[in-house]
Amino acid sequence: MKIGVVTFPGSLDDVDAQRAVRIGGHEAVALWHGDHDLRGVDAVVLPGGFSYGDYLRCGAISRFAPVMTEVVEAAGRGMPVLGICNGFQILCESHLLPGALIRNDHRKFVCRDQRLRIENNRTAWTSAYDEGAEVTIVLKNGEGGFVADEPTLDRLEGEGLVVARYLDDNPNGSARAIAGITNDRGNVVGLMPHPEHAVEDLTGPGTDGLGFFTSLAAATFA
Amino acid sequence: MARYVVDVMPKPEILDPQGKAVLGALPRLGFAGVTDVRQGKRFELELDGEPSDEALAEVTKMAETLLSNPVIEDFEVHVEVLAEAAGKHKA
Repeated sequence: MKIGVVTFPGSLDDVDAQRAVRIGGHEAVALWHGDHDLRGVDAVVLPGGFSYGDYLRCGAISRFAPVMTEVVEAAGRGMPVLGICNGFQILCESHLLPGALIRNDHRKFVCRDQRLRIENNRTAWTSAYDEGAEVTIVLKNGEGGFVADEPTLDRLEGEGLVVARYLDDNPNGSARAIAGITNDRGNVVGLMPHPEHAVEDLTGPGTDGLGFFTSLAAATFA
Repeated sequence: MARYVVDVMPKPEILDPQGKAVLGALPRLGFAGVTDVRQGKRFELELDGEPSDEALAEVTKMAETLLSNPVIEDFEVHVEVLAEAAGKHKA
């Protein structure tokens, strides 16, 4: 499969995401924020970083980047879209996912190996995991606190749209320790921690993140 | 020319870590009696033409679309009469 990785001005993890895509067995296609073109990809990753310098709000300006017109439209047709960290913020700002991400409650940037539980393995991006699987992947964010109003949180919980939840400490004050969510259709996933940094034993805490990049073959096109 | 001011504030129920940091710093500087601080943003937009309801509606749309995130923030818009437009100059 061809998986596009969008580079915005200020993206940091686009190259790591491309590498993770290749290790996951796919072709990585570089996409540019300024092009109205998805170059024929089957899925899109919005990578981490500080697009547009996090000016205004994280993801607020990227949301209106030219390529996002095509991403939002393709997501509406069911194309798998994964937003990691800043990508998650962009998905929330784009209203592809509910809620928002605000500054960590303890006001400090956090960078650590984080344990998570995969609570929904029925999405395009998590089908390689067993439901309830406990994984350790890298977390690094300054504005990773997931917030939404209570009815939205209840709906996310009730409909099984929480994809991943923090185990042990809640690292950033996220409501109900939510680390990642999906949309009703399960094709759009936002995740604050970074699975692309946990795909090789040489670097990072292990290979627990690889499932996010191998799931597509298993699920969407089975 | 007219200046439209958009004040954006975090919703009351949303945690404001920056405001909390300022609240923590004030007593250390000797300022007593502050019980809460909320930090927001102020945008000043200058538009051609006289102030009008249409322009105000347009700025409100800008505030809803880009300047604020309705999930976590509230905003208010008002018009400021510019000193130049009124023929006054500050000393």
